[in-house]
Amino acid sequence: MDKFIRHTGVGVPLRYSNVDTDQIIPAVYLKRVSRTGFEDALFSAWRHDESFVLNHPSYRSGSVLVAGPDFGTGSSREHAVWALKDYGFKAVLSARFADIFRGNSGKQGLLTGELDQDDIERIWQVLEDAPGTEVTVDLEQREVRCAEIVAPMQVDDYTRWRLMEGLDDIGLTMRHIDEIADFEASRPSHKPRTLA
Amino acid sequence: MGKTLAEKVWDAHVVRRAEGAPDLLYIDLHLVHEVTSPQAFEGLRLAGRQVRRPDLTLATEDHNTPTLDIDKPIADLTSRTQIDTLRRNCEDFGIRLHPLGDTEQGIVHVVGPQLGLTQPGMTVVCGDSHTSTHGAFGALAFGIGTSEVEHVLATQTLPLRPFKTMAINVEGKLRPGTTSKDIILAVIAKIGTGGGQGYVLEYRGEAIRSLSMEARMTICNMSIEAGARAGMIAPDETTFEYVQGRPHAPKGKEWDAALEYWKSLRTDDDAEFDTEVTIDAEELEPYVTWGTNPGQGLPLSSAVPDPASFAGEAERAAAERALEYMDLRPGTPLREITVDTVFIGSCTNGRIEDLRAAAEIVKGRRKADDVRVLVVPGSDRVRLQAESEGLDKIFTEFGAEWRFAGCSMCLGMNPDQLSPGERSASTSNRNFEGRQGKGGRTHLVSPLVAAATGVRGTLSSPADLDPTPLPSRDHEH
Ligand code: SF4
Repeated sequence: MDKFIRHTGVGVPLRYSNVDTDQIIPAVYLKRVSRTGFEDALFSAWRHDESFVLNHPSYRSGSVLVAGPDFGTGSSREHAVWALKDYGFKAVLSARFADIFRGNSGKQGLLTGELDQDDIERIWQVLEDAPGTEVTVDLEQREVRCAEIVAPMQVDDYTRWRLMEGLDDIGLTMRHIDEIADFEASRPSHKPRTLA
Repeated sequence: MGKTLAEKVWDAHVVRRAEGAPDLLYIDLHLVHEVTSPQAFEGLRLAGRQVRRPDLTLATEDHNTPTLDIDKPIADLTSRTQIDTLRRNCEDFGIRLHPLGDTEQGIVHVVGPQLGLTQPGMTVVCGDSHTSTHGAFGALAFGIGTSEVEHVLATQTLPLRPFKTMAINVEGKLRPGTTSKDIILAVIAKIGTGGGQGYVLEYRGEAIRSLSMEARMTICNMSIEAGARAGMIAPDETTFEYVQGRPHAPKGKEWDAALEYWKSLRTDDDAEFDTEVTIDAEELEPYVTWGTNPGQGLPLSSAVPDPASFAGEAERAAAERALEYMDLRPGTPLREITVDTVFIGSCTNGRIEDLRAAAEIVKGRRKADDVRVLVVPGSDRVRLQAESEGLDKIFTEFGAEWRFAGCSMCLGMNPDQLSPGERSASTSNRNFEGRQGKGGRTHLVSPLVAAATGVRGTLSSPADLDPTPLPSRDHEH
């Protein structure tokens, strides 16, 4: 996993709240068995609409998505994160994220930064007034900068550490394999097994 | 201070706890299906890793599988590829799989409990958000993403941060015609789709205690629609009775040991929840959703709300958008909304009791002319049970289509979909835009409301129906 320290890229204002994972990537795309190539699927229903923000040439190369509250609700599909990443997004900013989506993002190196809704609104204003404006997401400083705005960003310590180190979860857990084996040795025997 | 049920189960599974890091939690049961697993297995192969505990893992095919002509090759190529990939992965990694056509095949959340693999006090995960269903047994059960699926396959653990706890007290008794689906729709309407964020919900109170296991599963199933990771109900006699005798239930001495432990799985009297919410079951009516998220629900006797009546601007905008998508006008009585399709099924309401309840309503009646009614059992066992009780006949005489088991129109990954603009009354759990097919419009309802809606063609409850045209069930012909 690549390390994430800070990133600067075109900000995309997505003025919707409650963007659920069915909107981020509809279920029909979940049939694929590969891990990459989902960029065409991102927001596919909305992209048919010419006025949709990503269809605006100045936003097309966006890499920082600035969304309304409760982003990523609904299904646990990790494809939502792959689609955002494959499209080129490095970070999503919102006042509130759905838990599973946030967890999935952290694992894939997509930063989910929590900002006050007031700051989100100010950034939206800048991005809409001057499409193509860049946003800097600074994980080290835990802040977002856009034009004159400097907004504090919340990311929990552990996720921040892992993203900045670029560490993979399974590798981390494998360091404790003996403890897992000890735990298994004392599991009650009445717990069910799927194989005989 | 005492502990809540969720805390007890959590603490019993901590493999490792370290300052500043998430707890490493042991996973007792990992359920797998074709949609969220291929990339996890691909990850294992790329890293040269094995599945640590195939004996705590179970796979079934459900999301993509057709509900007609199941003996023919799956027509849709990508669906077939996903199924084939799962079969190959299970074979390569030694995982038990119940494929299409197998008696134990079905929706993963119906299959686990039915086999007795879901038991009190367990940790259960699956790459599917409705894993919360299993919490009805007093298990800590939650959905995970594909990276986590890979993590559990490789290590049988997950690094997790503790959840907050919320008590949902459902006091009083449900009135006839209302069901556990109405309870959960009312809960979500009350706390909102984000209200449960970061919480494990524990459903308590008289109304919950008097529910059957299957009805409890319906409630826990939809905890995720309130934003919660998991929902739980403390195990009691109803739970023990349900588990006992199932293929994977403990037997003999093991049963006694298990039972003793299970009985300790209740929130201590002096435990404190981070939040408490109370709902009066006696006041509940059948609930239906009018919008495009499960929190946009109202009693069936109400009218489509006016967006202007919502307090916050975001809520107002969301309501406006929802009404536009749903093609509804404020003030229209919900009972006057005409539907094209009735879907009875899913991991929320595709169990035998759901089918019995719906069959009871439609028995001896004919469906409304322009309505398509689709009945899809949650598992093949449910289908067989229903057929042995003659429910399939009742449904087909009613004019409904009787199908093979699977997720079906809950999410429309197989051919069972709404066409653009079509409207459904659905016993499933999500009414998101396009969930049941592109441009489709979904009203979430209980099986009773679904059945009554099939009869009248507009959103209805059994109380809206004329008395049955045929003699009651004692005088079957
Ligand atoms: S029935 Fe619906 S909600 Fe349940 S597992 Fe299948 S797709 Fe998911």
